[in-house]
Amino acid sequence: MTRATLQALLSHWWRNPLQLFTLLAGLALATALWSGVQAVNAEARASYRAAAATLGEGQYDRLGRRDGQPMDQATYITLRRAGWLVSPVVQGRLNGVRIVGIDPLTAPAGIGPVRLTQGADIADFLVGNGPLFANAATAGRLPDLQITITPDIAPGSAITDIGAAQRLLGKPGQIDSLIVAPVQPRERPDLADIAPQLVRQSAQGGSDIGRLTDSFHLNLTAFGLLSFAVGIFIVNGAIGLAFEQRRPVVRTLRALGLPLRRLIVLMAAELMFFALIAGGVGVMLGYVIAALLLPDVAATLRGLYGADVSGTLQLRPVWWLSGLAIALGGTAIAASGALWKMSRMPLLASAQPRALAMAAGQGAVMQGAAAALLLVIALILALTADGLIAGFALLGALLIGAALALPIILDRVLAATSARAKSITAQWFWADTRQQLPGLSLALMALLLAMAANVGVSTMVSSFRLTFTAFLDQRLASELYVSAQDATQAQAIIAYATPRVDAVLPIQSVETQIAGLQTEVFGARDHRTYRDNWTFLNAAPDLWDTTFAGQTILINEQLSRRANLRIGDTVPLQSQTLTIAGVYGDYGNPIGQALISEDLFAGLYPTVTPQRFGLRMDRSKVGDFVTRMAADIGIPASQTINQAGIKAFSLGVFDRTFTVTTALNVLTLAVAGFAILMSLLTLASMRVPQLAPAWAMGMTRAQLGRLELLRAVLLAMLTASLALPLGLGLAWALLAVVNVAAFGWQLPMYLFPADYARLGLFALIAAALAALWPAWRLARTPPADLLKVFSNER
Amino acid sequence: MLLTVQDIHKSYATADGPFAVLRGIDLTLGAGETLALTGESGSGKSTLLHLIGGLDTPDRGQIIINGSDIAALDDNGRAHLRRGTVGVVFQQFNLIPSLKVADNIAFQARLANQYDPAWTATLTDRMGLTSQLGKYPEQLSGGQQQRVAIARTLAPKPRLVLADEPTGNLDEGTAAIVMDLMLELVRETGAGLLMVTHSAALAARLGRRLHLRAGQVA
Ligand SMILES: Nc1ncnc2c1ncn2[C@@H]1O[C@H](COP(=O)(O)OP(=O)(O)O)[C@@H](O)[C@H]1O
Ligand SMILES: [Mg+2]
Repeated sequence: MTRATLQALLSHWWRNPLQLFTLLAGLALATALWSGVQAVNAEARASYRAAAATLGEGQYDRLGRRDGQPMDQATYITLRRAGWLVSPVVQGRLNGVRIVGIDPLTAPAGIGPVRLTQGADIADFLVGNGPLFANAATAGRLPDLQITITPDIAPGSAITDIGAAQRLLGKPGQIDSLIVAPVQPRERPDLADIAPQLVRQSAQGGSDIGRLTDSFHLNLTAFGLLSFAVGIFIVNGAIGLAFEQRRPVVRTLRALGLPLRRLIVLMAAELMFFALIAGGVGVMLGYVIAALLLPDVAATLRGLYGADVSGTLQLRPVWWLSGLAIALGGTAIAASGALWKMSRMPLLASAQPRALAMAAGQGAVMQGAAAALLLVIALILALTADGLIAGFALLGALLIGAALALPIILDRVLAATSARAKSITAQWFWADTRQQLPGLSLALMALLLAMAANVGVSTMVSSFRLTFTAFLDQRLASELYVSAQDATQAQAIIAYATPRVDAVLPIQSVETQIAGLQTEVFGARDHRTYRDNWTFLNAAPDLWDTTFAGQTILINEQLSRRANLRIGDTVPLQSQTLTIAGVYGDYGNPIGQALISEDLFAGLYPTVTPQRFGLRMDRSKVGDFVTRMAADIGIPASQTINQAGIKAFSLGVFDRTFTVTTALNVLTLAVAGFAILMSLLTLASMRVPQLAPAWAMGMTRAQLGRLELLRAVLLAMLTASLALPLGLGLAWALLAVVNVAAFGWQLPMYLFPADYARLGLFALIAAALAALWPAWRLARTPPADLLKVFSNER
Repeated sequence: MLLTVQDIHKSYATADGPFAVLRGIDLTLGAGETLALTGESGSGKSTLLHLIGGLDTPDRGQIIINGSDIAALDDNGRAHLRRGTVGVVFQQFNLIPSLKVADNIAFQARLANQYDPAWTATLTDRMGLTSQLGKYPEQLSGGQQQRVAIARTLAPKPRLVLADEPTGNLDEGTAAIVMDLMLELVRETGAGLLMVTHSAALAARLGRRLHLRAGQVA
């Protein structure tokens, strides 16, 4: 019996291969969207981690020669003998691969692959026979060498012990830099005394620009979550379609006496089998999508970290599993609902659209109540939420509440429009559209979420870009920044630069505590650079006058939020008590910051002298100045930062982020469009009895087809117009709640109407494309099929 | 002559090749005349009715309504014909499920721009539907639904009314009432009526009778 039943169930698909294709394609697309976003996300993180671990850059201070040349072994030995905990590094390129040689015995933990510093291989390593560690792709570029494949090594890099690296690179006895362990013995001689030719370079961690990644990842994570939601809706649509289409087969099988339970088990097994196949295809598809996107992600990260990040993907088991899990899990959820419905359906029930709509009407009351409850929760959370969990709860309540409310709102809108319609065709069109809602609502919810996600994430990324570039203008207002190694150099810089540039602005700071929080206090010179460029979240009148007069203090948002300090509050600083005159945005800074006048600073911290300087000059003269300064007083270009370069670089990073975001935008909308297509196909079989009377009474099939297309576009338009406020709410929640909870600072929200208009257009195009084929099919329905509706043989 | 049918042929494509349903049908019907179309099940009655109603196209032959040949019409032309000139009542599923009874009754007349509120009100009243106007079709009984269908067909005052076993799905008592109403109202509009029926009694109430057998007039 089982065999015969399976044959009957499966034969449906062989006779209707197109339906099988839509089922598999729906499942595969949902999986692809999810796993594609996950792949990009995971790869970006993994690459970053690998890069950080391999190079140890940004984690530790380093020593290198002032002139940038390699040092000899003797310098290293001198430092070790004197008690400095340093570890040698040599690096160079071989066949385009970056070879890094380290000393596993002295290197701080976290540098190099774990196995390399864990004992077993160390003997080999010590005698200079250590193997090379690299990932598989890199190994392919070094065919002549024996390589241990280690996936965790950053792409394009290979690690080995320093002896082997010196041999490979032809740098015998040479060391490029020394890694300084974070904890050093107290009693050790000054660097200037034992190795004056070396300079210490600070770790890069915690730099403002490095913080960009956090936002970048938050952006991708938000997309991942939303694509998951969209994917679930689509799987649901695909399964619903599969059940609807096979209702006659099921009816016949049951009428022939097949037990319901056996039928349910067989159908569930069949669907899980399909889900497995489609899930596999979906993961591969997601892989392709991710591979297409990844060059931009990789470029972004390369820009951020200066590290080689692979532009190619590895197929990680995690994606396989999570991709298959969403296909199987989504199918299970969707199928259990459909199977439940089937088990409660009277044996001979036929498609009765109005009855369906009426049943949906009863459910609508429950759905409306749930939607209202969730939206009220979202509102309360919006007013009170602080903390990451509350922030994500807000996002969840907002999205699900809005999705549930969508069909109800659309129903009300359509009822109102239908009542106001003038011509009978229009009246029928609106009423008929309203009748289709229950069947289309899942797909429209998917469209709502996709569109809202796109509006939200675009707003977030674009707001971030605007804010951050404005912030760069403020913080990097000077055309050139020069750092001094010591006080003598600082004096030399002041003496050299003062007559040659418009202004020399000393940058000096101390770390101290304000209101119990770690805070960096800066002393600033009275100059229009500050007055012209700085913008404030909250400002007292004449704040620059009072601050430069030494009466007031300006603090950053982080300090203001964490210590609950506002304008007019006073804070003690050494012997002084200062009134807060302004709060400024300080994006990306993890700690508190405050600014007082140069004179006051000198009085409070007499031992601190400025080591960095901002130089104001004509932008076009920066290059010349740097070259001459190196020649005249020996300050190398490596000690200067060109503001224009940083800005161009940051904007480049943003542009690549946008490419990724735009690609994901298009992708989610395309998938939502597919959900609409599947819903329309599900409804198609029910449509003929609904449309045949209208046709018989004098409407043409072409007219009906056109109206069908118009309906999809209008529904998409209504949905998009609801998605816009939802997306903005989402962006607000991300910027004002989640970001504050995660990073301690709020991003101001800007609106981008042109972007929204473009997204709305994409949504309409997606809906129109989805409806095109069903509408075309409808317009070409043979009259005989329409006439069958009326015949008594039915 | 309101309707002239000449040498109509129609066959359907089936798995075993073309299957000829109508093999040369001729008939005429004048305004105000009533004609019963009888025949065994499968003899092609519905097929003929559909061709005359502009719902399908014949393979060969002429169907002339009011002097113009409808076989020559395109999709638009046939839709125009269905809207204003010819009204069809089917055995079942006549109504638009998403529209209320009142809108169903007015639908065809408004579509044809031949909506006459007074006449529609008369029809509604005579059909006993006044209290049902705010309901949806599925809330009505089968007999009520067919009354709505008849009212809807007559609302634009078509010149030719076609009915395909309009009471075939109703119980005897209801069928009799509905049929009486229909014949009465059609007579008042002065339209020609072509009705498919397998009831000899019913056929006897109409002016003429035409029997189909094996695709031909017997
Ligand atoms: N669309 C169609 N395709 C194939 N055969 C059809 C189609 N419609 C009707 N037929 C066949 O044509 C014959 C006449 O049908 P019909 O006109 O409905 O007969 P009646 O109304 O007299 O019972 C029947 O044998 C029927 O099976
Ligand atoms: Mg028939």
